[in-house]
Amino acid sequence: MKKLIGVVALLSLALSPLLTAQAATPAEDREAFREYFKKNMPSDDLADYKNGVYAFNKDAREQWEEIEEFPPYEIQLDEGEELWNKKFANGKSFENCLGKLDTIRAKYPHFDEKNDTIVTLEGSINKCLTDNDEKPLKWKKGKMASLSGYIARAADGQKIKVEVKGDKALAWYNKGKNFFYAKRGQLNLSCADCHMYNASKWIRGDNLGPALGQATHFPVFRSKWGELGTLHRRYGGCNKQVRAKPFKAQSDEYKALEYFQAVMSDGMDINGPGARK
Amino acid sequence: MRGNFRIVSTTLSALALIGAIGLSATVSADPMEDGKKLAFSKKKGNCLACHLIPGGDQPGNIGPPLIGMKARFPDKAKLHAQIAEPRTANPNSIMPPFSAHGVLSGKEIDLVVDFIYSL
Ligand code: HEC
Ligand code: HEC
Repeated sequence: MKKLIGVVALLSLALSPLLTAQAATPAEDREAFREYFKKNMPSDDLADYKNGVYAFNKDAREQWEEIEEFPPYEIQLDEGEELWNKKFANGKSFENCLGKLDTIRAKYPHFDEKNDTIVTLEGSINKCLTDNDEKPLKWKKGKMASLSGYIARAADGQKIKVEVKGDKALAWYNKGKNFFYAKRGQLNLSCADCHMYNASKWIRGDNLGPALGQATHFPVFRSKWGELGTLHRRYGGCNKQVRAKPFKAQSDEYKALEYFQAVMSDGMDINGPGARK
Repeated sequence: MRGNFRIVSTTLSALALIGAIGLSATVSADPMEDGKKLAFSKKKGNCLACHLIPGGDQPGNIGPPLIGMKARFPDKAKLHAQIAEPRTANPNSIMPPFSAHGVLSGKEIDLVVDFIYSL
């Protein structure tokens, strides 16, 4: 009997690195995540990862800095401002649901205990509209992205702050984490394959940006889109690239993924909207 | 007889292929060119996404350059296997499982192998 216990103890000792890796808290995960980038990437200036691939690519960075002098998303910020100021038919406005303009962005995403779900900024924008008998906006671009961009800009200088408190919140976090590391699609690639293990490398003509900081600067203006798009629009694009069926914007899958990514980027500057290739 | 039958059936399927995707006679006229097309095409092998391959534009650098393949893989069958199922050599490979996920048929992999074997 004693012998058996010894064997079991030995076994669990041997397994313990694995076990602790699995049972790591979100804070430990974040530490390990940051450490990975710090050790393996051409730049260890992690704060600069809020600028995505430009943290690695000097040539592209110069072009991008020129673009940012006359931001291509300016018109959409104006549209966002108009939407923000417009009163609903019932006389109320977004401020009544979302709070003061410069306090909003930093609250999202967060876990909603009562409804056991993740609440995103875009989700709250549409909830505000429908609660006030207004028509909801389309999720991925257009007015939604304009308003989301305007709200993000107002949080300039603030930091991402997300907490994972309680078992249910942890379950959402783990759902997002699994999504991030799971291989998918006909090409069998995970988010981590491209944006972690091979970040800074080239995939055809594209330089792969780091997963750390991906949540800081959305919505993003992409030259390819010619307009602003939300984070979930980007998720859909990256799923399609590997020939996987994308999920719907604001699906549980993408909300969980956003939550996980925000936790990884916790403490980083909010700098949306961004501009990318 | 058996051998004959095989020739007939490959000719038939090659014909069917020509009919189905409207390719011209280039299909069997220059297999090296076909292999190259399969390796470079974004819709097919897209090997260039990750590997430098002589003659290809804007190669990625996720995997090793595909040069000197004869020296690396004296056994052609091993090269075929590496492309068909990269997870045998590296269970966590980022390289797509071209065969298991139906990205390339066995025949298409043969063409790609012939092409990169020539590099
Ligand atoms: C086949 C490689 C590949 C895979 C797999 C992939 N992406 Fe991407 N992704 C790219 C490329 C290339 C870009 C554009 C360059 C960049 O900004 O990183 C990009 C851009 C992004 C961006 C925008 C970055 C920015 O700064 O604006 C986000 C966010 C993103 N990906 C998230 C994901 C997530 C989450 C997954 C998994 C669901 C994923 N990607 C899977 C290749 C990939
Ligand atoms: C998404 C990235 C990716 C794609 C696409 C890809 N590969 Fe690879 N390939 C790799 C990586 C990474 C390795 C290194 C070994 C490993 O990690 O599995 C590799 C290894 C190889 C090797 C072994 C090289 C050696 O010297 O051992 C060969 C041969 C090869 N790839 C051929 C191909 C061919 C042919 C195609 C297209 C039909 C292709 N690869 C597509 C990423 C890729």
